[in-house]
Amino acid sequence: MSAPSVLELRGVTKYYGEREVLGGIDLAVAEGCAVALIGSSGSGKSTLLRCVDLLEEIDDGDIYLDGVAITDPGTDPVPIRRRLGLVFQAYNLFPHKSVIDNVILGAVRAQGMKHDEALAAGHALLDRFGLAGRERDFPDRLSGGQQQRVAIVRALMTKPRALLLDEVTSALDPELVGEVLGIIAELKGDGMTMLIATHEMSFAREFADEVCYLDGGRIVERGRPEQIFSDPEHPATRRFLARLLQSTRI
Amino acid sequence: MVILGVALAILLSPGWRTVREKFLSWHFFKMSLSSLPTGFWVDVRMFLIIEAIVLVLGLAIALIRTLPAPVLFPVRAVAVVFVDVMRGVPTLILLYIFGFGFLALGFSFIPGDETILGGAALACSYSAYVSEVFRAGIESVNPSQPAAALAVGLTRTQALRYVVLPQAIRAVVPPLLNDFIGLTKDVALVSILGPQEIARIAQINADYYFNYTPYVAAAVFYLVITLPLIRIVDHMRYRGLQRQNALVLM
Repeated sequence: MSAPSVLELRGVTKYYGEREVLGGIDLAVAEGCAVALIGSSGSGKSTLLRCVDLLEEIDDGDIYLDGVAITDPGTDPVPIRRRLGLVFQAYNLFPHKSVIDNVILGAVRAQGMKHDEALAAGHALLDRFGLAGRERDFPDRLSGGQQQRVAIVRALMTKPRALLLDEVTSALDPELVGEVLGIIAELKGDGMTMLIATHEMSFAREFADEVCYLDGGRIVERGRPEQIFSDPEHPATRRFLARLLQSTRI
Repeated sequence: MVILGVALAILLSPGWRTVREKFLSWHFFKMSLSSLPTGFWVDVRMFLIIEAIVLVLGLAIALIRTLPAPVLFPVRAVAVVFVDVMRGVPTLILLYIFGFGFLALGFSFIPGDETILGGAALACSYSAYVSEVFRAGIESVNPSQPAAALAVGLTRTQALRYVVLPQAIRAVVPPLLNDFIGLTKDVALVSILGPQEIARIAQINADYYFNYTPYVAAAVFYLVITLPLIRIVDHMRYRGLQRQNALVLM
């Protein structure tokens, strides 16, 4: 990974009250690479992504986007968020807006794109991800997989420098997981830089350039996916993977 | 069956003849129709103007109370005190305070018109209630919604304008309409300050004819406005329930 880092985290620390939820995270995601964050619920994966998107303030450390610190006090978070795309576990589509209005809201209001241009771009992306003909539907008329694909399209509309994916398949029925993973594979093929919190080990193994195992808000092990999954060094990683394997068998 | 029973009981009651003569005289009903519409028009105008003020003021108070910034504490405190006092004092007493007390201050900028002063009292009282309805609506919107709005690059104000408020207002339309129904009737209270609106005219007629039928006639006028509103609220509740059930079944 010699390419320059799009995202870099140095010593990122976050507390909820007295409780430390992130303890000095160091991480770098290079251009076009995908880093997967794995770990049990409550290990800090989602918080980390929310901190990177500046939805949460960090208590210590620095986060850099294209080499520029974005967590300095006084930095306006709005323009930073416009350069990142965050996709939530529970989709978080706007229920009062149609699919196309969900997709273009950020582009029109935040990026200042002309309405017609945004519509054209939105239609093109929806079409590309198999959602043609659903533009006028409201989110509650779509399946979970379709909603998550709309959420990904919504995040892509702002042409983000990096995509932050927060457990994007864990709210989905197993048969719908594939359609979302297919899109992410496609985006990886396009060279999209991604930071992915996931429970989907097969996906992390196949698409991630680096896998970080988080436990108690700290990265306890990191490495190439084949090394982490076949020969984990840290006992906590071994236990986590064994539990996961067991639950998959059941 | 029950209605029939009640109707029979009334018709067979010992005082039915007197009641029919004093409250349900067709002769006096027709006589009232010449003067009541003028008074009712005063009510309708007052209702429409007060309602518009209540919607704006109620929403403004609700927004002020939901502002998170610590620096705005004094503004929030003023809003809280206003709402507490206005909700805590009976509307009738507020009308006396506004109608007679404020007038007695003798400031030239305070209008001498009792209709305006009474309207201001009702507007303040109802704004306090309606602000609580709006606040409940705003708080009912899942926090993931503003988070998603910020994540697509909207500012906090834009998130409120395009994502939170449309959902909040949609959620509180039935309780808001209920408050409107209350206001249509409470407008009659302003008559204690002197303005000749429908309740006051009915009272004058009743005193003049020594017959209470004008009150019944005034009630019919109110029902013309309130019954359709009540039906609309019921219809919206029903639709809301249907929508929820449809979602559960999906």
